[in-house]
Amino acid sequence: MKIVLQHLTKRFPNRNKKIKEDVIAVNDFDLEIPDGKLIGLLGPSGCGKSTVLNLICGLEKPTEGRIFFGETEVTDLPPEKRGVGLVFQNYALYPHLSVYDNIKFPLENLRGSEKLTKEEMDARIREVVSLVQIDGLLERKPNELSGGQQQRVAIARALVKMPQVLLLDEPLSNLDARLRIQTREELKRIQVETGITTIFVTHDQEEAMSISDTIVVMKDGVLQQQGEPQEIYDEPVNLFVASFLGTPKINVFTGEIKNGQVCIDHMPVLEANGQADREVLVAVRPEGFVLDENGPLSCGFVSREVMGRDTSIVATHGDFQGERIRAIIPSEQEVSPENGMVRFSLKPHKVRIFDAKTQTRIKL
Amino acid sequence: MKKDLTAWLCLLPAILFLGIFMIYPLVDVLVYSFEEGYNFASRSFWGTGLYNYAYVLHDPFFIQALKNTFIIVIITVPLSTGIALLISLGLSSVKALRDFFQTVFFLPYVTNTLAVGLVFMILFKKTAYSDGLISLLLQIFGGPSVDFIDGPYWAKMFAMCVYTIWIVMPFKILILTSALAGVNPMYYKAAQVDATPKWRIFYKITLPMISPMIFYLVITGFIGAFKAYSDEVALFGTDLNAAGMNTIVGYVYDMLYGNSGGYPSYASAAALILFAIVFTITVINLMVSRKTVFYQ
Repeated sequence: MKIVLQHLTKRFPNRNKKIKEDVIAVNDFDLEIPDGKLIGLLGPSGCGKSTVLNLICGLEKPTEGRIFFGETEVTDLPPEKRGVGLVFQNYALYPHLSVYDNIKFPLENLRGSEKLTKEEMDARIREVVSLVQIDGLLERKPNELSGGQQQRVAIARALVKMPQVLLLDEPLSNLDARLRIQTREELKRIQVETGITTIFVTHDQEEAMSISDTIVVMKDGVLQQQGEPQEIYDEPVNLFVASFLGTPKINVFTGEIKNGQVCIDHMPVLEANGQADREVLVAVRPEGFVLDENGPLSCGFVSREVMGRDTSIVATHGDFQGERIRAIIPSEQEVSPENGMVRFSLKPHKVRIFDAKTQTRIKL
Repeated sequence: MKKDLTAWLCLLPAILFLGIFMIYPLVDVLVYSFEEGYNFASRSFWGTGLYNYAYVLHDPFFIQALKNTFIIVIITVPLSTGIALLISLGLSSVKALRDFFQTVFFLPYVTNTLAVGLVFMILFKKTAYSDGLISLLLQIFGGPSVDFIDGPYWAKMFAMCVYTIWIVMPFKILILTSALAGVNPMYYKAAQVDATPKWRIFYKITLPMISPMIFYLVITGFIGAFKAYSDEVALFGTDLNAAGMNTIVGYVYDMLYGNSGGYPSYASAAALILFAIVFTITVINLMVSRKTVFYQ
């Protein structure tokens, strides 16, 4: 089911009653989500991504704007009429019901022509249970399950009524690191097998990058960029997106464009043909640094961290914004600082230039 | 050794206190109940055995008290808990004036029992000047003139039950509103997204979630109702046997200090019978709760 959000805005009255101005959680949000895809809604905490999810499932009503599922407008429909499956951050499994009864719960609510017999319910439950692979756990209570198992039960409960849309609020944030990687692959598998349009909210860029078909980046209630993970990583539209995605973080230097060249500390690092002279921010991915004795970028050497597959160089520079530069180089390369300095040249396709004032991308 | 001594020293005040005011009287009651023909003045008795129990169980006043107590328990405990639950649900779903209503519903808890008794007199008692408010209301709808305080047994029992329910309700409302507030709203949201009808949310989610608190109220309600006495005095005065509204605790009191009192052995036997009843009911409650009450 295709989902379309048109000019979606959500304002909340300010908690501090002295301030009359509303809090804008979601601001003029336009988004079209194609059918059958896995969408990662990514942003820092408080950026309004959970509100977007609540608006889609109907737990919140938009202040302005419209929501469509396929061709049907659902803006004013209550959540129970929208046919969405929602997985809560804390799973919200009913603690007094067994796993089986938890999954059966939504089915027992079906009325009229949708009403199922006991056998039909059981068949549906068995089907979804084998999909999320929790076969042996049906008689247990939620508190007898691990976090990962609870997560699966929650997904099974959301899927059992065959929703048109599956929504997951921070689905992996309550799991430990190892389980998180395992579960996110599981999530991807389940989504591919069922083909349900799935939207999940996360603040973890790695999580979003690893399984999403499309990433939607949000900040302060405003949509920043939508695209495939690699596209967003390679072609960020602004400095926020560039620095939000990727670990270690992208390295940002203050610089300028002068005579068709991008300069850091007056040293030309990149060609910028046909660009007007101006102040810019030069953002370099950690893997964009190349050790080069004659390189234009001279940095103070701090330390070298061996990570096995590659080596990370920690360095400083006067025009660097932030504490420490992190450059990643192949582990077989020797690092030999001279007088405490290392020199780099930059890989042009790993460097992105942003306007110093607007922080929007300048395409070279 | 020294550690042990310190520990015993620390325990001493509690042991002394409990020993003198709890354990000794308990043992004493047990002893009294088996001493036949105990005489207060000479502090002597002529034998031991079960005579006191037999006497109490054949005393028509005790049978009346037993019957009254059971009727009060069976009517007031479920009704007060049920009504308190309804009011609490109402309170948790209204937004406007919630604090106001909460205060109103809690007022009976802090009001003096005798003052409440006085108000109930005005409502229920027939005097030379007035038939009592409730009776007047009844008459408007074509009912007979009833004296709820000095009238027929069922009328007195009705007034008694209304009074008891009214007195115990505030505490139950307080407990249940906080229990309802303690249910994580995320369960309701999940149920809402799954199109759960309201009654089903209540029956399948709310009720199990607050079941420990309901169970607590039922148990303490049973125990409290079995020990009823002061409320009866507030409505019917101290001569409860004459009014036919005595309770087991009232019977115990009368046997000790009443006009016909001075029989600690009978009082002790009656008290132990009450203990046996409360104990049995509580055990039954606990057994039922194992299947119905859910603890997180």
